[in-house]
Amino acid sequence: MVSQTTQLAVKVESVVKNFGETAVLRGLDLSLPTGEVTVLLGTNGAGKSTLLRILAMLTQADSGTVSIMGTDISENGPAVRALTGSALHSPMLYADMTVRENLMFFAEMYRLEDVEELIAGTSSKVGIEPRLDHRVRTLSHGFQKRVALARAIMHEPQLLLLDEPESGLDSQSVEMLDRIIDEYRSSGRTVVMTTHIVEHALNIADRAVVLSSGRVGFNSDSPQRDQAAIQEVYTAQSESTYSRPAGTQ
Amino acid sequence: MKASLAIIWAIGRKDLQLEIRNKDVVVAVAGFALLVLVIFTFAIDLNQGNAKLVGPGVLWAGIAFAGVTGLNRASALEVEGNTLEALMLAPISRDLIYLGKALGNFLFIAVAQIIVIPVFAVLFNLVVFRWEMLAISLLTTLGFSAVGTLFAAMSVRIRAREVMLPLLFLPVVTPLLMAAVESTSHLVNGRSWSDMAQWLQLAVAFDVAFLVVSAFIFQYILED
Repeated sequence: MVSQTTQLAVKVESVVKNFGETAVLRGLDLSLPTGEVTVLLGTNGAGKSTLLRILAMLTQADSGTVSIMGTDISENGPAVRALTGSALHSPMLYADMTVRENLMFFAEMYRLEDVEELIAGTSSKVGIEPRLDHRVRTLSHGFQKRVALARAIMHEPQLLLLDEPESGLDSQSVEMLDRIIDEYRSSGRTVVMTTHIVEHALNIADRAVVLSSGRVGFNSDSPQRDQAAIQEVYTAQSESTYSRPAGTQ
Repeated sequence: MKASLAIIWAIGRKDLQLEIRNKDVVVAVAGFALLVLVIFTFAIDLNQGNAKLVGPGVLWAGIAFAGVTGLNRASALEVEGNTLEALMLAPISRDLIYLGKALGNFLFIAVAQIIVIPVFAVLFNLVVFRWEMLAISLLTTLGFSAVGTLFAAMSVRIRAREVMLPLLFLPVVTPLLMAAVESTSHLVNGRSWSDMAQWLQLAVAFDVAFLVVSAFIFQYILED
């Protein structure tokens, strides 16, 4: 049984992940309390998406432990996945099925009830009702990302994982996304997201974590207060990444 | 148990629904197998003796090679949309994903055989419409999908997956192919169930072993 009363939504201890000879996460430690919106910042290759994929249980860490809502993810995968919703870089939708068919199929995978009602509610929240009977293939990338978000939140997860959610979205869609993130925060649930848009991230986040070379380079529980320091670390990291000779870490 | 069966059926039904819209896999499997049959009818002098001798081998070699084409296409569809990862995000165990995908592949190959076997009967002028043929066909298709679903998932991340899948798949299904060819050979020669029993038993053992082992291994294949 997964305990939902624990204080920490995510606990990552000494996590190492290599892809071939490339070390992506090098003994990463991170604790994220419940009810917070955390943004993961870092340059390309810093390990943000890999960390998110490990939390979503799509990638396995080489070593270290990860707990979500107090449960080790290696021990009770399906139970932990029921508490987690993920909208990652690719929308991961069946292109030749309609939006409604996609959502109905995933509702079955999540064993949800009152599916029609649920789809109506969720699609209104992310603004996709007019496209419910359109095939995903015919939708723009922005709309596909909205559908992916609908799939991620349909089962009301305790932990929402978003990988660069604003990429490809217009300003109206970003506002919708911010509303959903706010709703999560106010209902005591947790959001972990990656982004490259630092200013926007710092405005909506309760915590900002800058990843640097596979470790936590900076961890602030007051991003507005530490805005200057975060920008400084991020900029220094960018400069060091792009001035480094190719192939070195 | 009932909930698990519902998940397996939902995945298989979804694959079938997509296939009914696209007809990618069934057309590939049936088309390839029919082509093999037609080529052999020209290449061989098909008197009654020759037809009974080589017919079963041609039929199952055609279906096996065509099956690889279909499995490649079915796995490519999941890779293109990254949708296998969407299934992995769901709170279901990985073996249910495997069984659902295997059910989908079973349905594709079975539908293709509904087209191919009657054409085989006409071209080779052999009587195959007996209950024994249904058993042979179902057992062989089950084995093909059990092994093919596993190897298709294994080769998904390999750059040369179109080449890799047949290299992995065909050697492993050889015992099953032998059972199918021998049973069909007994069938077209008018023999009874008891004559083909040992080959059907081999097919059953193969199917059970690979379904169990593959469902277990599948979860490790899916992880990065």
